[in-house]
Amino acid sequence: MTDLSTRPEVTMRIWRGDASGGEFQNYTIGQNDNEVVLDVIHRIQATEAPDLACRWNCKAGKCGSCSVEINGKPRLMCMTRMDQLPEGPVTVTPMKTFPIIRDLVTDVSFNYAMASKIPALLPKPMPEGGYRLMQEDVERSQEFRKCIECFLCQDVCHVIRDHEENKTSYAGPRFFIRIAELEMNPLDTNDRREFVREDMGLGYCNITKCCTEVCPEGIHITDNAIIPLKERVVAANYDPVAWLGRKIRRQTKKTSAEAAVQPAP
Amino acid sequence: MSNYEHHDYDVLIIGAGGAGLRAAIEAKQRGLKVALITKSLLGKAHTVMAEGGMAAAMGNVHSEDNWMVHFRDTMRGGKYLNNYRMAELHAKEAPERVLELEQWGALFDRTKDGKILQRDFGGHRYARLAHTGDRTGLELIRTLQQKVVSMGTDVFMEVKVLKLVHDDAGRVAGCVAYHRANGEFVTFSAKAVILATGGAGKSWKFTSNSWEGTGDGHAMALWAGAKLIDMECIQFHPTGMVWPLSVRGILVTEGVRGDGGVLRNSLGERFMFNYVAPMFRGETAETEEEGDLWYDDHNAGRRPPELLPRDEVARAINTEVKAGRGGPHGGVFLDIGSRRSAEFIRRRLPSMYHQFMELAGVDITREAMEIGPTCHYIMGGVQVDADTAATAAPGLFAAGEVAGGMHGANRLGGNSLSDLIVFGKRAGAGAADYVLSGQAATSLNQAEVDATIKEALAPFERTEGENPYTIHHDLQEMMQTNVGIIRTQSELDFALAELEVFTERVKNIAVKGGRAYNPGWNLTTDLPAMLAVCKTVASGAAQRKESRGGHTREDFPATSQEFGKFNLAHASNGGNWDSPIVTTESPLLPMPQELKALLEEAH
Repeated sequence: MTDLSTRPEVTMRIWRGDASGGEFQNYTIGQNDNEVVLDVIHRIQATEAPDLACRWNCKAGKCGSCSVEINGKPRLMCMTRMDQLPEGPVTVTPMKTFPIIRDLVTDVSFNYAMASKIPALLPKPMPEGGYRLMQEDVERSQEFRKCIECFLCQDVCHVIRDHEENKTSYAGPRFFIRIAELEMNPLDTNDRREFVREDMGLGYCNITKCCTEVCPEGIHITDNAIIPLKERVVAANYDPVAWLGRKIRRQTKKTSAEAAVQPAP
Repeated sequence: MSNYEHHDYDVLIIGAGGAGLRAAIEAKQRGLKVALITKSLLGKAHTVMAEGGMAAAMGNVHSEDNWMVHFRDTMRGGKYLNNYRMAELHAKEAPERVLELEQWGALFDRTKDGKILQRDFGGHRYARLAHTGDRTGLELIRTLQQKVVSMGTDVFMEVKVLKLVHDDAGRVAGCVAYHRANGEFVTFSAKAVILATGGAGKSWKFTSNSWEGTGDGHAMALWAGAKLIDMECIQFHPTGMVWPLSVRGILVTEGVRGDGGVLRNSLGERFMFNYVAPMFRGETAETEEEGDLWYDDHNAGRRPPELLPRDEVARAINTEVKAGRGGPHGGVFLDIGSRRSAEFIRRRLPSMYHQFMELAGVDITREAMEIGPTCHYIMGGVQVDADTAATAAPGLFAAGEVAGGMHGANRLGGNSLSDLIVFGKRAGAGAADYVLSGQAATSLNQAEVDATIKEALAPFERTEGENPYTIHHDLQEMMQTNVGIIRTQSELDFALAELEVFTERVKNIAVKGGRAYNPGWNLTTDLPAMLAVCKTVASGAAQRKESRGGHTREDFPATSQEFGKFNLAHASNGGNWDSPIVTTESPLLPMPQELKALLEEAH
């Protein structure tokens, strides 16, 4: 069962280098049946290139660590079957949107910095015995909580992929679904509409749906999160009553830090 | 210390899975300066892979459920080797810990009247697992991660801890680590250190564990002066994928069986009916018809034998395959497609559907899954005080999979996520109390720091030497063959001798490349811990001459009353990674009469 199969040898074109530069290196290697790209990368590490850097953890599409670009397309290495790629060399490159650390590993700290800015859930007080929530009321947010934080949607988003300067003012699809999730959480009492417009740059997104296409969890990022979020923001902005309410509430509006210091209810 | 980047904290937590994150929240809420260290990115820890749910006797589905029944189920599942006090605290506190998660953003599936829905799992008398589809671990880790971030806790990502360091008085005072990104060393001083490093399954060939499960915390605790108990008790989860080879070992949630899936051999028989041990006969269905009634109404029939504790099911599968009644790839069949609608399966088990479709090309709504046992969880771990999570090494605490005692000889499914939040919180509180008591360490022993760094760099200086990947591969083969699911004296003795050979091989590793993000070097730093853990497992297994839970001896198939009176405890004689390990008997805590009575009640 461990014998290499009848599948032909494959040439893997892997980008190797660091922030100072790098180049493609070719590794020609045998394959087993039904392997994924990560299996082949592991075999290269174990034999020819023990210092080949890549991230991975679960190898089952659940942790979102092994994000790279395979033949130019953002994908998880653990969920990309070798036998479903076109014949010929397979090109593996690091995610383009983030700075290189080494080989296939990029510095994704941009995402963690964005995450820390988002005002946390501020729930209604919990009644004795716990909250009562209907399944249909939690389902919308549950879809977004399927996110495994692979950051492929961030990688493919042209607002930051092609414009480094936007990273200071644009959160990206991962964090739009995070904000949508909180806004649609039936327990939440925070209001993040101004925040998502002013600080997270929601307006930059022109709904090309690239993020939705690459999501390995099949989350409808554009249709179910970004568009409804845009509608909410617009409604809030052009509704004079809501505008007045916002002006008044602004004094007491909870920031991320303020929300966090609330004692665990 | 001036040579290296250095940080000072009150409480340092190593490991950022469920237990580490929960501990951080607790210590931070006590007003202390807290840091979390993880060798991966935040949110990627093995907790993320937990599927089925977290066990808590909330009684939302069956109002008869309560902590006493949960306590009893846990002790019976653990074959009474458990630290009873941990099992008691766990059963009592889990419901509160689950409700707390909702206030931090977790969204569990709901009952029709809006409460948290609970799911049936093996060994639990009532439907008890709070869950979010079949991705409950993701829900747990993301919730805790977001809470930790919102509190402004310092998180050091992709920092690999090499060894704990003492102060001059012998208290645990911090650690030496290195940044994976650039290979630079970093030291941490802390008044208290909490180990929350998870498991050790990566020393076996077929495992559900990620690369992180190398037993670093187990080994570091041993070297620092704490004791490891029950290391021979390893859980082989009955349902891992067996095919294709590249995904062999990946977990298939017990939720498949909880939701109606059954096990069949190649003859199509539901063989589990032939493997009901006497202690479970009273509560297990005798016929398929009775078992099927139970899913809808737990009072109409007794539970089907597919939902026996994991050790029982894994052994049965092993026996069926050995008897020649296995499938084409050496497993048996897990069938839910013929028993539940496609819509039900896709809603209840979306990740399983996706996983089999993508990786094996199998549509589980129509075809059976071929599955077999996979190394999943280590019941053994650092011996701790149940209430405070303190270890025998002053200043050192442990929680989660790295801690031992809670699950005895076998863990029930769903009890690990609840373990993380119950004892994560207790470890955070225990460490905080210790810090505030003023007896904590204040300095790092520089000689220990220097020795650790020298050892870590040695493999770069060897030009001729072994490839760490080859050693790891050979170790996995050796442990799978000789210290696997069924054990015998001659194989265990062979394994113990082999582990000494591996120790010499590790001393001869040559690392190629530089220090920046070098996975070969990282594996080299894992291997000493893996060997220390394997030695305690093999030595415990050789000395426990009986079968109990996750420890099965072909040459001693019966459970012995005598061996049920103690845990086997391992200590390091010297504190270096290759120091000899001393194993002694550690008597079980005497259980109060009122708890004993709960175990004897005929449920």
